[in-house]
Amino acid sequence: MARRVVITGVGLLTPLGHGTEISWKRLLEGKSGAGPITAFDTTDYACTVACEIPTVDGRGGGGPDIEGSFDASKVLSNKERRKVDDFILYAIAAADEALSDANWHPESEEDQVRTGVMIGSGIGGLGVIAATALELKEKGPKRISPFFIPSSLINLASGQVSIRHGLKGPNHSVVTACATGAHAIGDAARLIKYGDADVMVAGGAESAIVPVGIAGFIACRALCTAFNDAPEKASRPYDKDRDGFVMGEGAGILVLEEYEHAKARGAKIYAEVLGYGLSGDAYHITAPSEDGDGGFRAMSLALKDAGISATEIDYVNSHGTSTMADGIELKAIEKFLGERAATGTVSSTKSAIGHLLGAAGAVEAAFCALAIRDQIAPPTINLDNPDVETPIDLVPNKAKPMKIDKVMSNSFGFGGTNAALILGKVD
Amino acid sequence: MSEVLERVRKIVIDHLDADPDKVTDKASFIDDLEADSLDIVELVMAFEEEFDIEIPDDSAEHILTVGDAVNYIQEKLSA
Repeated sequence: MARRVVITGVGLLTPLGHGTEISWKRLLEGKSGAGPITAFDTTDYACTVACEIPTVDGRGGGGPDIEGSFDASKVLSNKERRKVDDFILYAIAAADEALSDANWHPESEEDQVRTGVMIGSGIGGLGVIAATALELKEKGPKRISPFFIPSSLINLASGQVSIRHGLKGPNHSVVTACATGAHAIGDAARLIKYGDADVMVAGGAESAIVPVGIAGFIACRALCTAFNDAPEKASRPYDKDRDGFVMGEGAGILVLEEYEHAKARGAKIYAEVLGYGLSGDAYHITAPSEDGDGGFRAMSLALKDAGISATEIDYVNSHGTSTMADGIELKAIEKFLGERAATGTVSSTKSAIGHLLGAAGAVEAAFCALAIRDQIAPPTINLDNPDVETPIDLVPNKAKPMKIDKVMSNSFGFGGTNAALILGKVD
Repeated sequence: MSEVLERVRKIVIDHLDADPDKVTDKASFIDDLEADSLDIVELVMAFEEEFDIEIPDDSAEHILTVGDAVNYIQEKLSA
């Protein structure tokens, strides 16, 4: 009989706060994680808003007395901190939480070799790379830090987490732009199914709210530029006033575990990873194919993998980035759900946390697991005037308590890469 | 205490997050102050910048303790 894979731990560091429960609570309350960019001076930038992580030192709307504010010094010493870009710091923080939540701290050689890590990132250490390039120009090649390369390589998130927790199983990393987090979870689940590991620490991390990151996405006309004066309104999937995505940052990490392994140790189980589908658009470097065919095929393959019917999907967490592509995806979801579309429920949590790029799919899969746990669909905030005609309930502005047994999470990335995950309740 | 020693100690404490009491003349970067080989590369770069000198790799290989660093830098500065 095929090995089943379940989620036994969740760790989140999001623009709504440091910690799974605080992020989830604020998400359900309809809070926005957006604000004016505090990371750098945005003079001359067409977009000056982002969803930054709230920190104890006052960034991103955080502060020493504000609940859920991230304190990097609680995660790494100053010495270690200098050796990692922020995306790795975020991955470590979320992985710490996920492993504690799962109560999985392998100490025997046997447990360690059966536990792997698959944490990806869309862009990796962009901030460190940009700063080092400037240093090279100013001071020459002899002044480059020996930690430059290991602090910016994408797979060093997996590497650092494995070193910190003694995880000696598969050590791998995904890089598929905004589909990274979903691919990481899907691929890690397959490693468990295939028998390469019993436990995988999987997800994504991103820290691209840096000058070149914002300037780069402005240049490809992807970012929202119309709401610089009202940051909390900027991310508004499906709304007629949407005009681009809002950059987010953070990390989402899940502990995936083989079902019998989890049961044997009495682990708490959030949900089962039922299906995973992948596809390519073969169309354009940044735009999705106009008929949404790539996304549709990823959803269909996930469904086939799960061995269920589309009518069983209670809730879909859409990719929904607050761009023109929202409508294309929604049409594909309608086609996918078929007769279920009339009573379907879809929301985009990017409305609250922005687009976490390589972390997005993992954070959203975590939200899906929590939606199953608490039987409630998180809202699409700022959806005041839908410009899409659909029978689907887009959960505008207010969370929706409902029966949720099976959910799907979509993630699509530049290059035309698509992933869909289907999670289900475990009785 | 010499001025060079004080400046070296400050760099070492800062870069290695080391307990100031442990950063003595005889302290070994690796054995006593928990540095690894890349930490030492970074330390040597910091010494070069602080004292505006160049420390070639084959000399850096022999800088194993705080005292080694101080002696090397003092020699270099008086040369």
